[in-house]
Amino acid sequence: MEDFIIIFLLSLLTITAVAIIFMRNMLSVIMLGSIYSLLSAVIFVVLDAVDVAFTEAAVGAGISSVLFLSAFAVTGKRQVLKQKNKLIALITVSLTAAALLYATSDMPYVGDPNSPAQTHVASRYIEQSGSEIGIPNIVTSVLASYRGFDTLGEVAVVFTAMIAVLLLLLRREEDQEIDREK
Amino acid sequence: MLSGLYNYWIAILLMAIGFYIVIAHNNLFTKMIGLNIFQTSVFILFISMGKVDGGTAPILSDAYTVYSNPLPHVLILTAIVVSVATTAVGLALIVNINRRYKTLDEHEIEQQELDQE
Amino acid sequence: MKNNPIIKQTSFLLIPVILLFGLYVQFHGDYGPGGGFQAGVLFASGLILYALIEGQAKAEQVFSMRLARILAASGLLLYAGVGVASMFLGANFLDYNVLAHDPLHGQHWGIFWVELGVGLTVTSVMLSIFYAFTHFK
Repeated sequence: MEDFIIIFLLSLLTITAVAIIFMRNMLSVIMLGSIYSLLSAVIFVVLDAVDVAFTEAAVGAGISSVLFLSAFAVTGKRQVLKQKNKLIALITVSLTAAALLYATSDMPYVGDPNSPAQTHVASRYIEQSGSEIGIPNIVTSVLASYRGFDTLGEVAVVFTAMIAVLLLLLRREEDQEIDREK
Repeated sequence: MLSGLYNYWIAILLMAIGFYIVIAHNNLFTKMIGLNIFQTSVFILFISMGKVDGGTAPILSDAYTVYSNPLPHVLILTAIVVSVATTAVGLALIVNINRRYKTLDEHEIEQQELDQE
Repeated sequence: MKNNPIIKQTSFLLIPVILLFGLYVQFHGDYGPGGGFQAGVLFASGLILYALIEGQAKAEQVFSMRLARILAASGLLLYAGVGVASMFLGANFLDYNVLAHDPLHGQHWGIFWVELGVGLTVTSVMLSIFYAFTHFK
């Protein structure tokens, strides 16, 4: 049963992605992008990643779309959507996809409990985090304690992104006057 | 079980679609959406690897003994938040490009650059 | 959109619930799905909704750009500060075991403060990015 739900949802996701290619209207592209994020959040729930699904629903479908819409409002509504170099793009993409598809034949099946990803450090997190960290949500204990240094780096990246956006968008008034003189 | 590799195939297909949008579309805005599709396909690949048959969400409880792998969840959780931050930087660059060239079409931008020289 | 009474009334019903849910996710992240990242985004989306309904000027009276920048930096400092505190107490950087009288309590304390730092930074970063886009002329 679970397999069919996943196959159904993944097919919906593919249809949404294909629709984005052929869309001519900018606003519909942004809305389809939001739907795409929401669908992938549902897939994450079925694949047991509730924390990830939560984040994807809040960030991908929420904040991302708001940012796209506000940038769209600034850049103006007249956007011409065209495709060029279709043949070159198609050849490059199909070669990449074919190479990756060939590589999947070596991958362990989805859900295999003996696959390499399952047998290394993950089993330690699942067995020991209850007694070592003492909180039920393993994702939180790995995120904040076992891999706390990693998360510190991620927070620093988010902070740096804010500085970059502020530098790019909020220029000093003198700059704007120079712009006007031109 | 139809095939244990179906998730990976769809992830690759989505990656191909995102890649195609990034290369073929002329509008910088649509390219950003294509990049987002690309990113999400990688998230699906990682989360599929963490799935364990018969497992449940990795929140400890006496009622369950089999849990899915929490490590990919942690990696992807932070990756999602970083992805929105990088998207914001990309959009800020696009907005600045639009102010300078009054267009978001990459071929028109190229043409303007050539005209200036 | 500002003058549509249906949108306005629904949003005013929703905003307190969103903010409260953000706080719940922040402090309940140890026991269920959630944590600093999700809570920060939720809290920011509540404030963004307020900014969309009432306009930028009123939203900045609640949560000014200056405050957002200060909080973003202090969240990151709080996170790093927990690491430095554990160093001063004689353990490795970000090793929470020594923060309280026994290791489990120390882990609880450490995760609480670290998640709070993440939440503060993510809220303020998302909000100030949104402000930057709407300020842009």
